[in-house]
Order: sequence, then structure tokens, then C-alpha cells
Amino acid sequence: MSISMSANKSRGKHKRRKVAIDGTMTIYEASAQKEDLLKAFNGVDELEIDLSGVTEMDSAGLQLLVLLKREALRESKQVRLVAHSAASLEVLDVYNLAAYFGDPLVIASRAKAERRRQP
Amino acid sequence: MKQAQAVIQNFAAESRALLSAMEDALLLLEKTPDAPDALNAVFRAAHTIKGTAGIFGFDDMVAFTHVMENILDDIRAGEVSVDSTLIALFLSCGDHCWALLDRIQAGETETDAALRFAGQTLIEQLAAYSVPVLEMSPNTAVRAMEDQPALEPELENIGGDAVSSDTWHISLRFGKDVLRNGMEPLSFIRYLGTIGDIKAMVTLFDAMPGADEMDAESCYLGVEIDFSSSADKETIENVFEFVHDDCTICILPPHSKILDYVRLIDSLPEGKNRLGELLVSGGALTQRELEDGLRLQQSFDEQNNTPTTDEGHAHKLGEILVEQGVVQTELIHAALDKQRVIKEHRAQENSFIRVRADKLDELITLVGELVIAEAGTRLLAQRSGNGDLIESTLSAETLVEQIRDSALKLRMLPIGETFSRFNRVVRDLGQELGKQVELVLSGMETELDKSMIEKISDPLMHLVRNALDHGIESPQVRQQNGKAATGKIYLNAYHDSGNIVIEVDDDGAGLNRQKILNRAIERGFIKADQELSDQEIYKLIMEPGFSTADAVTNVSGRGMGMDVVKRNIEDLRGSVTIDSAEGAGTTVVIRMPLTLAIIDGFMVGVGHATYVVPLDTVVECMELSAEDRAAIRNRSYLNLRDQVLPLLRLRDVFDTSGEAGRRENIVVVQCAGQQAGLVVDSLLGEFQTVIKPLGILFEMLVGISGSTILGSGEVALILDVPSLVQQASTREMQQVTYKQANNPAAI
Repeated sequence: MSISMSANKSRGKHKRRKVAIDGTMTIYEASAQKEDLLKAFNGVDELEIDLSGVTEMDSAGLQLLVLLKREALRESKQVRLVAHSAASLEVLDVYNLAAYFGDPLVIASRAKAERRRQP
Repeated sequence: MKQAQAVIQNFAAESRALLSAMEDALLLLEKTPDAPDALNAVFRAAHTIKGTAGIFGFDDMVAFTHVMENILDDIRAGEVSVDSTLIALFLSCGDHCWALLDRIQAGETETDAALRFAGQTLIEQLAAYSVPVLEMSPNTAVRAMEDQPALEPELENIGGDAVSSDTWHISLRFGKDVLRNGMEPLSFIRYLGTIGDIKAMVTLFDAMPGADEMDAESCYLGVEIDFSSSADKETIENVFEFVHDDCTICILPPHSKILDYVRLIDSLPEGKNRLGELLVSGGALTQRELEDGLRLQQSFDEQNNTPTTDEGHAHKLGEILVEQGVVQTELIHAALDKQRVIKEHRAQENSFIRVRADKLDELITLVGELVIAEAGTRLLAQRSGNGDLIESTLSAETLVEQIRDSALKLRMLPIGETFSRFNRVVRDLGQELGKQVELVLSGMETELDKSMIEKISDPLMHLVRNALDHGIESPQVRQQNGKAATGKIYLNAYHDSGNIVIEVDDDGAGLNRQKILNRAIERGFIKADQELSDQEIYKLIMEPGFSTADAVTNVSGRGMGMDVVKRNIEDLRGSVTIDSAEGAGTTVVIRMPLTLAIIDGFMVGVGHATYVVPLDTVVECMELSAEDRAAIRNRSYLNLRDQVLPLLRLRDVFDTSGEAGRRENIVVVQCAGQQAGLVVDSLLGEFQTVIKPLGILFEMLVGISGSTILGSGEVALILDVPSLVQQASTREMQQVTYKQANNPAAI
């Protein structure tokens, strides 16, 4: 697996970062990925995680996403999962967690943020 | 047909093992009535036997174990209390099963009338236990309802109405190590989807700590599932069989009582309200049902005056957890038990294979021949003087030695199983004789050749019965003598220089020296003026036809027993010694070689003959110096590092012709704590010795225990070290003059 990070995009005070996870998200990588993802999330207000390259995900991988989401909710930050691959979507589906990640409140605030970005 | 027979033999063997386990558990239960493991073991035995007997269609067995199982069920539910009569009844039931198994094994399909009658009697006795309970329980329930209806949460009729939802509710909290153990919660849920329809599911991760503490490899997940399926509870349970030990699982059947849900809510780590909401949102409960339930719960708290402090609450939670556990056990014990049995079975299959004993014997015989053949090859190699060849035979020898050791170990079994059988004997006999006896077992893991174990159990049985009947006094007498009312019998086993030592020890009355002497004189075993050591006197009780018991009981005292014990043990090349202190107890020590087949030997030469000393008994070897040689011409002991070492000249013992060579050597041997020196001509080194028994003709030979074949094809005699050592030391003690030992200084 690899986590690639795009440059920080800063619009005023709101800092965004995009990461893409490629390969597997399983217990074998979980520890390393946890460090990487938390590092990426540190110091930004919004983290966008591109899941399109995730070929396999297990409960350990899912727990990482849940952890980030929960941290985000706790610190009033945002975590967005985008471009779910089939593998990641299936796991979210089995655990019935799509609603948790796609929280309407989060969507609303994201929409607000988007609106703010528009001049 | 033959195969079927083999399967039945297997069934019988397994059932017997279960019955022994059941017996052990019952005895434990008698001592500690609230040991749940023991009760479960009894239940498991009855249940498994019933199950397997059903497969083979042994209806008598099924019918009988079924009744047993029912009562056990009631005991587990706490409706029948365990007392010693019930335990005794169950022990008899075990015996009956044993008898039924005998019939089955003998190929008799029909139970004979006597056995059937015995079974019927037992069933009636068992039924007597269950009937009053059946009558009583409704009464109790009614009374409880009249008094304080809300105080009896166990009674389901007060547990609120059944909920309206027709789905199973499965509550799962995965254990932390589930992922690490290679299990994937996803696959369980996916699999669940194949046996039914997941109506609603909520995933919980409240257990997950903050980002810093969260361990990415631990599992913090939990799920609440509403599940619609026609499968039975066992099937649903089985889905989670592999994670069962790691997880908290609660499965509520459709239309469970509201109170069950309340218990579930209480037992789970997440907050009450949160879970309540979950259950409502999942559709398991309606909002009204939840409120009813929580109110019901609260009313218990108030009526019980349970303080609502955290402490009190925690306590309550704990109680409910236990209660919930009980409820769950009741509901699904069959499924659980089956799982456990299957699991245990699997574990056993992994670590054990059944091998026919005769195959093993064949292997041992072959290894014996291999050892002899190998010795021949080595001899030839040495004669040829070919260095490479010698080296290669040496490495082959090492391997053969290892093969021999592991082959012999295959037959080694711990003696513990034999020991624990005596629990029952001691219990039954103790009750029969009105004595309180405790059996203390130690050295259970000491290993012994299988054939020896079979042969030793009868003599041991005699000794234990003897100790109980003659040794241990009645409680009154014991108390008068200032002893604890409960007597103790100790069984102990340990290894000692290639021998196994088994001690049967009691803290009873001990042997009456004078009484034995009188009886021995009366029976003409000894003369009245004979001087005997204590040891020799005690040995008299092992003479045929000797009994000092004043009353012949039906346990022992009929004048047979001890001589049989002695003969049995001597057949195993063993020895028995008795030690006793009057009023304080008796110790019988049995000493036997570990195996009957192959030993490590040390070869010595005397004249042209070769003898083998069991290597385990050899302490050291040394050359006999010229001075010592001169000294021992007149006496039969030597000063070995300031210790007196009695000596035996093998040349004299076996009347070997010819004079000793220029040099002689001493082999110091040890047995039962005594040392002696064997004077031989030459030391020939170690040798793997396959013991060949001597014929009947030579049975009476003193000092020889067997023979063996050397690599050269010659026969060597194996020395019986215990008897030689004894010979050397008795001679010292009794001042018997041996050929050259006539020096008065030796006294």
C-alpha cells in the first residue's frame, strides 16, 4: 500500500489536504497506515481520502477510517471519503456504516465550506 | 461388519474414558458441591454418551443416559441440590453405563433381564429426585408472585410481555484479539447473511479509545443485528463458534421477554440510553417496550433498595451479567455443550492418534532386534580396523539409541490415571467401613511402561484396600488417639535411577510388631528364638497364608493379598519393602524397573564370561589398587573416601574358575540408597541391552535377572543389582563369613 499526499491547499484559515490510499488496507498495514493518516490529518481542517486505489479492506482497515471520522467529529474537523473502490464500499456496506460517514451534518458543513470558497 | 465392530470398540473406549471423567467429577462434586466445571463434566459425559449411543442405536443406553441428563439439567438449573445420596446414585448410574457398555462390546444387542431391572431401579430412583421438583416449582412461582412480584426477575411470567418483533436479536462485541488471531468479523456477518436475512444492523465502536491509545491491530467493533431466519439457535450460535471464546455474544430468540432485552442492555458496556435507542431504531423493540422494560428494571432497583451510587450500580451490573450468563446457559446449553465437545474432540484428534497396542509391541520387538544387529555390525567394524566404517557404525549407533528411546517412550504412560481410579475405591470402601479417609495423590505425571501399569494396578489396589481396612482407624479411635478424624492415604510415585518407586502410605495404626511375631511363630514361619530386624518382621506379612487381622472383613484379612502383591511385583522384577511405626502409620514402597524390554547396560568381564550391569545403577568405576587388593583378601569392604563400601567379588559369587588377572576393577553400584562395589576383572564399556528373559529353569537364580545376546552372538548375563547389593549389605550386617571375608576387623 502507499499513501500519497498532495500539497496542502490553504484558503484563508481553512487548511485542506488530500491523500490517496493505494493497495490494501488490512491488519498487516494498519499500524503504519494509522500513523500516516493521523500525521496527514494533523494540522489541517479537512482531510479528503481517496479510496479509489483500495484493492482490499478488512475490519482493521475500516477501524482506521472510523477512527479518523470520530477524531474529525470530536475536533470539528472534516474527513471525507471519496471515490470509493468496490472493495472499500463493500466493507462499509456490510457494517452498514455508509450513513455514519456520509453524515448529513458533515455534508452540510462541507457545502458551506464549498460555498465559502466560491467568490 | 468388522469395521462396524471396530467403530463400536471405539465408541466403548471413548465412553469409558468419559465415564471415568464423570466419576472423577462426581467425587470432586462431593467435596465441593458448587464446582460448576465438575457438574459440566458430568453433564457432558452423559450427554455425549447419549448422543453417540443414539447414532449406533443402543436404545437402552440412550434411554438411561437421557434420564441422567434430565436430572443433571435440573441440578444445573439449581432446582435440585447435590447431596451425597445423589452423588452415590450417579456413581451407581455410571457403573450401570459401564455394564451396558460391556454388553455392547460383547456384541449383545439385547440387555438381559437382570441388567434391565437394575437400570429400571436406578431410573426410578433418579425420577424420585425430579418429581417433587416438578410439583414444587409452580407453587414457588405462585407464592413469589403474591409476595413481591417484581422481585423475581428470573421468573419469566413476570419478565414483561414478549416483544412484538419476530426477529432474532444478536448482540456481538468482538474481543480485542480477534483480528490478531486471524479472524475477520466481516466474514461472520457475511456468513450470517447466507443463513438468513439481516433486517437491521448497527455497528458500534464505542470501545475504541482515543487516537493515541488506539491500537490499529486490536478490534474494537461490536454489532447489534436483527436477524430474520428459520434457522434454530444452534445454527446461529455455530456461526460464531470460532470467535466464541473471544467475544461477548448474546442471542435473543424472536419474541423474547422485554426483560431479556433489558438485561442485554444492562450487560453491555455502552450506555443504557444509547443501546436502548439502537434497539428501537433496529426494530428489535418498540419505544413502549423499551420504556416498560426500563421502568420494570428501575422498580427492581427501588424495591431492592439498591443504592443508585456508581458502586451499587456496578454491583448490580455484575449481578445481571452473571444472571444473563445463567439465562443464556439454560437456553442454549445443548448447543454450547455440543460445540465444546466438538472443539475438545478436535483438539484431541490433533494431539493424539490411536494406535493398536500390538503394533506398538511389534515395533518394540523390531527395535530390540535392530539393537542386537547393530551391535554385531559395530563389532565387525571394530575388528576390521577400518576407521571410516567404525565412524559410520558409531553414528548409526547413536541413531539406533534414539530410536530405541523414543520407541520405548511411546509406551510410557503417566501413572496418574491409575492413581485417580483409587479415589472411587477409597470413597466407597470408606463409607462401607464407616471411616473417613482422604486420598492424597502425588507424582501423577510419573511415567511407566503401559504393560507395567496394567500389571501394577491390581497389587496397588490390594495395598490401598489393606491400608484402608487395617491401617486407618475408625474416626472415634483416631480422635481418642489425638489424630484428626479423617485419615489420610498417600499414593506417590517417582523415578529413581532407572526404577519407578511407588509409595502407599497411611497415617493409620501401623503394624503391631509383636502380633506379627506371635502369629509367625504360631504358623511356623520362624522359630521363637530367631532374631529379626524390623524390616524382616514386616516382610513376614507378605508370606502366603499370613493374616493378623482379628476379624475377617469382606475387604481384606482373609490371609491372601499381600503374598499375591509380593509375587506380582517380583514378576515385574520389582521389590516391596514395608516400614511402619506403631500408631503412626505404614509405608509400603514398591520399586520396579521402568520397562521390561531394553536397558542401557555396562559390560564387565570376569574370566571368560561377560556380565551386564544396568547402567542406571552404576555410580562409578575405579581400578582396584594393589594395596586394596591385598587388603580385601581378608575382608569384604573397602574404605571409599571415608565411607565403608561393602564389596562382592563376582568371581566368587558366580564361582568362576581360574585366577584373576593382573588387574581388577571395582564397579560401584547403588540401589535403594545403598552402595556396594562389584569386583570384576575388566570393564568393557556401555552396551544397549535387549533383555531376554531366562527360562523357568533359571528362575531361582540369585543375582541374575536376565540374559542378553552380544554383538558377537555370545550370551551375557544381566546382573540383578538390587539382590546383589542386598546380599553385600546383609552379609555385612549379619556377619556371615564369606569365603575370604573372615577377618574379624570387618565386624
